[in-house]
Amino acid sequence: MASASAKKIRPKYLSLPALLFEIRLPVPGWVSILHRISGALLFFPFVAWLLYLLDSSLSSESAFEHMKGYLALPLVKLGALVFIWAYCHHFCAGIRYLLLDLDLGVDLQTARLTSWIVIVAGLALTAIFGARLW
Amino acid sequence: MRRIVVGAHYGLRDWLAQRITAVIMALYTLLVGAMLLKNAPFTYPAWKELFAQGWMRVATLLFAASLAWHAWVGVRDILMDYIKPDGLRLTLQVMTVLLLAAYVGWTIQILWR
Repeated sequence: MASASAKKIRPKYLSLPALLFEIRLPVPGWVSILHRISGALLFFPFVAWLLYLLDSSLSSESAFEHMKGYLALPLVKLGALVFIWAYCHHFCAGIRYLLLDLDLGVDLQTARLTSWIVIVAGLALTAIFGARLW
Repeated sequence: MRRIVVGAHYGLRDWLAQRITAVIMALYTLLVGAMLLKNAPFTYPAWKELFAQGWMRVATLLFAASLAWHAWVGVRDILMDYIKPDGLRLTLQVMTVLLLAAYVGWTIQILWR
């Protein structure tokens, strides 16, 4: 098997404090890394959790009522809130990438503006659906 | 081009598939989301009835299949970026495929019980 990693050693400046405090991501960079993080979270554990919820809620009337009680638990609601944010952000950022692929909104100013729109829309949708959940 | 076992498929296919599956999932989300908000079928009989309908079962299966393909491309991209040792990357790739296949199997089991 050939090696996948580049063997050439390059200088790197990626200490944790540097990542946290010195390297500043531009807004489109934040949309990008949040798209990746939300996607990873949706892949695991949220799809598994959702399938568990769907499975239980469809299995019997008593299990359905049990699920309603389960979803009312504060910690479960918090998990649901994280899921809602991950889904909404991934959805909005994904639409932005589809438009970028079509060469729409590629210039810097527009790209920054749409990045802010995606971040705010993700949080706003989370607030709206979260409010319904509570 | 030097091709490696734990790399990607070096073509347009994965990139395009990820976008097409994204559109399928977005349409499902808007359709089913609007329906859930409008009809609010949150009693057991209504919930059961919703998933008993043929179109809902097929649409949900299409969503699950799209998700599996979409997530495979995405998770593989993540693994290729952060996991450098070949053996570990291959192991995680295999686990990803198995988990996604299990998701689809579980979905079928739930929908056609």
